[in-house]
Amino acid sequence: MNTDLRESLQREFPHLEFLHEKEDLIPYSFDGTAAHYSQAELVVFPKTTEDVSRLVRFASDRGVPIVTRGSGSGLSGGSLPIPGGLIVCLSKMDRILEVDTKNLCLRAEAGAITAQIAQAADAAGLFYPPDPGSMRISTIGGNVAENSGGLRGLKYGVTRDYVMGLEVVLASGEVLFTGSKCVKDVAGYSLRDLFIGSEGTLGIVTQVVLKLIPKPQARKTLLAIYDKMEDAAETVSAIIAAKIIPCTLEFLDAMTINSVEDYAKVGLPRDADAILLIETDGPAGAVEDEAQKMADLARQHHAREVKIAQTAEESFKLAEARRAAFSALARVAPTTILEDATVPRSELAKTVKFIQETADRYGLKVGTFGHMGDGNLHPTFLTNEKNEEEMHRVECAMKDIFDFAVGLGGTITGEHGVGVAKKPFLAKALGDLNISVMRQVKKSFDPKGILNPGKIFDL
Amino acid sequence: MSDSLRSLNYLDLQQCMHCGMCLPTCPTYTETQNERNGPRGRISLMRAIADGRLDVTKTFGEEMYYCLGCLACETACPAGVQYGHLFETARAEIEHSAVLDNPKRNAIRSTLLKGLFTRPRLLRFVGRLLWLYRATGAQAVFRGLKLNRLLPEKLRGLEAQTPVAQAKFSHELIPPVMGHGRKVALLTGCVQDIVLADVNRDTAEVLAANGCEVHTPPVQPCCGSLHAHNGEPDTARLLARRMLDLINPADYDAIITNAAGCGSHLKTYDRLLANDPAYRERAEAWSAKLKDVHEWLDLIGLRKPQSPETPCKVTYHEACHLCHGQKITKQPRNVLKSIPGLELAELGESTWCCGSAGIYNITQPEMSAKLLKRKIGHIEKTGADVVAAANPGCHLQIANGLRDAGNDATVAHPMSLLARAYRAERGQG
Repeated sequence: MNTDLRESLQREFPHLEFLHEKEDLIPYSFDGTAAHYSQAELVVFPKTTEDVSRLVRFASDRGVPIVTRGSGSGLSGGSLPIPGGLIVCLSKMDRILEVDTKNLCLRAEAGAITAQIAQAADAAGLFYPPDPGSMRISTIGGNVAENSGGLRGLKYGVTRDYVMGLEVVLASGEVLFTGSKCVKDVAGYSLRDLFIGSEGTLGIVTQVVLKLIPKPQARKTLLAIYDKMEDAAETVSAIIAAKIIPCTLEFLDAMTINSVEDYAKVGLPRDADAILLIETDGPAGAVEDEAQKMADLARQHHAREVKIAQTAEESFKLAEARRAAFSALARVAPTTILEDATVPRSELAKTVKFIQETADRYGLKVGTFGHMGDGNLHPTFLTNEKNEEEMHRVECAMKDIFDFAVGLGGTITGEHGVGVAKKPFLAKALGDLNISVMRQVKKSFDPKGILNPGKIFDL
Repeated sequence: MSDSLRSLNYLDLQQCMHCGMCLPTCPTYTETQNERNGPRGRISLMRAIADGRLDVTKTFGEEMYYCLGCLACETACPAGVQYGHLFETARAEIEHSAVLDNPKRNAIRSTLLKGLFTRPRLLRFVGRLLWLYRATGAQAVFRGLKLNRLLPEKLRGLEAQTPVAQAKFSHELIPPVMGHGRKVALLTGCVQDIVLADVNRDTAEVLAANGCEVHTPPVQPCCGSLHAHNGEPDTARLLARRMLDLINPADYDAIITNAAGCGSHLKTYDRLLANDPAYRERAEAWSAKLKDVHEWLDLIGLRKPQSPETPCKVTYHEACHLCHGQKITKQPRNVLKSIPGLELAELGESTWCCGSAGIYNITQPEMSAKLLKRKIGHIEKTGADVVAAANPGCHLQIANGLRDAGNDATVAHPMSLLARAYRAERGQG
């Protein structure tokens, strides 16, 4: 324990709460990513942007690495602590500062919870669409840092599409505001877009201005049930090819269906090989029409049954059940290694089949679910981190799947970020030139390398 | 059940994949936003102990007693982590390691857990003293002279919370056998027996009115729930055996409890005595037949009372060990909705702990007070005349909170409201 660091911090910031006991730090030694653990020196909870700015100056003067953390629900180890470093936890800067109904936007501190932002928008008759699986606990700052997606990405896009402005503390401690409440703004480089998805390596986001949109008039949820996984994938490609963009187009395989049903008990068909959870929203007439067309397409592609949710409550329960899919898979095995490979949507059937074959080839159990409408799959290996030999096979399988996805023009991560979990695969996916440009960007924003060093790529 | 974290099945700890879904439902995490005060943080500490990376320290002990054991995290957990089991094991290990020992704590624990709550007759004697304290006017004198000021500051609030003991115990109010039909044994509890014996009488009447032959053995032992939740598994097992000696599940169609905290524990006798060859089978039969009274009425088909309508606005507080511990949420609402004239106003955060949590309001008065305030705030928003709650701890805690807030609403067990409706039906209302 570095008592010097602790004492000088406490002297400098007597008004802030610090955690440093072993029993305090162990609970901060991970995020939502399996099999990655490390311990920081101290956790500090700033209350204001000014606090963050001063903390960054302090750390910069002493060369102490900083990891910014929200609720620690990330899925790539982006907020994994750095030994000897400081965790700047923004969870207590969680106010929603303004809902601007004249400009259709909302301003909040970085630690505000995503679901609460969605509720605040809803209360004003507006809609904040990005809905990551962890939205009930994830912070908006974390969503911006990882550019999180969600179930509605297909029609509404991801976090980036709703960020109008950001307040960011730079590595120098200076406070930058980038963006505006304007619908159009092309003044200079869009630094805002550079910070989104930068996983805390370029600056610390302390406030966000988010775009809100009018609430859709109606919505309808369908559940299509299949005896063959590939038929579900073909249906998705057919829906897209028919120029229909539903709000949600989610896929669950048999393993996932059963785990989710064990938890949520919403009446999912346990004997199905796959299901599609489809939601369409918009003007009432269009919703009716789209739902009908998609139900027809599902039947044409051999759906055994197509069910329509009868009430808003039933739709909500199905979506909530889907959001729990990843965690529910943990019922099956001690460790769940979640992947985030994404492919062009024309290649879905091929990819789903390849994932299953790969798991079989390495003798592994896999549960696959995901945002199929986005081409974003979450094959989840069900294993035990204590079994080194099996973990090695998981790594090999992961590598094969990434290679396959990249070979089809896809990517290694659609929405979870690189963090530490996907760092080894990044160069292969992007090529040396991309990495080298990113290194230059990193160096110009954070010359001393104190902001979340070692995440995404090594310098 | 296992009594130490190291001997626990490691898979039970690994089940937690630290996704954080539990955090927004954890009352202590929500108050402090410190991971250590949340389920996944606590489990990470247990895992560190099982791994040998951390000793059972005083800080760990304090943390596990800061946890309410409300089990909201179990309801929230998609991965199916059995937090209650981990929590009880951790507390047992803390007691075994003696990291929290100090003379005062030891004295209180040995008086309460090992002394009082293992001896039903002694407990009743104390109940009688409590009744006398009030009935003789001693309480009025104590309060009038403000002798409260002599107590340590932390405990001053407690005297005001002294439960109002009733003049009669359950078996004095309930005939040993009552009604005809399905044969059930009614558990009277210990706190409930002293403080809320009329709830037991009401429960017996409701069961009889629903075609049950209700057997109520006098002087029943404590079920051991307090002991299991507070790190005394051996005493919990002892009390479970006594209970099984007194009531043989083979003699009944069902064994009925009306106290959520007891029910949640009573249902785990099978796990508690799994390694006891003499009692294992009986414990399994017991767990299979143990039913919360709302659950049982739902199973056999509740008879709707035909009483005249008496308008009354009721809100329902869900005891943690009913909704989280036993996953019973709809049945009590159905009971309430069956009562003519009763309007059920839904309570905001109805499944959020009220801060009673066994003896938590005594051991952690500050956090308990925060949670009570939160609960009373929601109750006030409903404008209800009556708060229905099915657990003696919640009952007393909320009644105290309402009184302090100057709110006239009363607290009642759903069985009391139902019994009243049946009495009105018979013209005895």
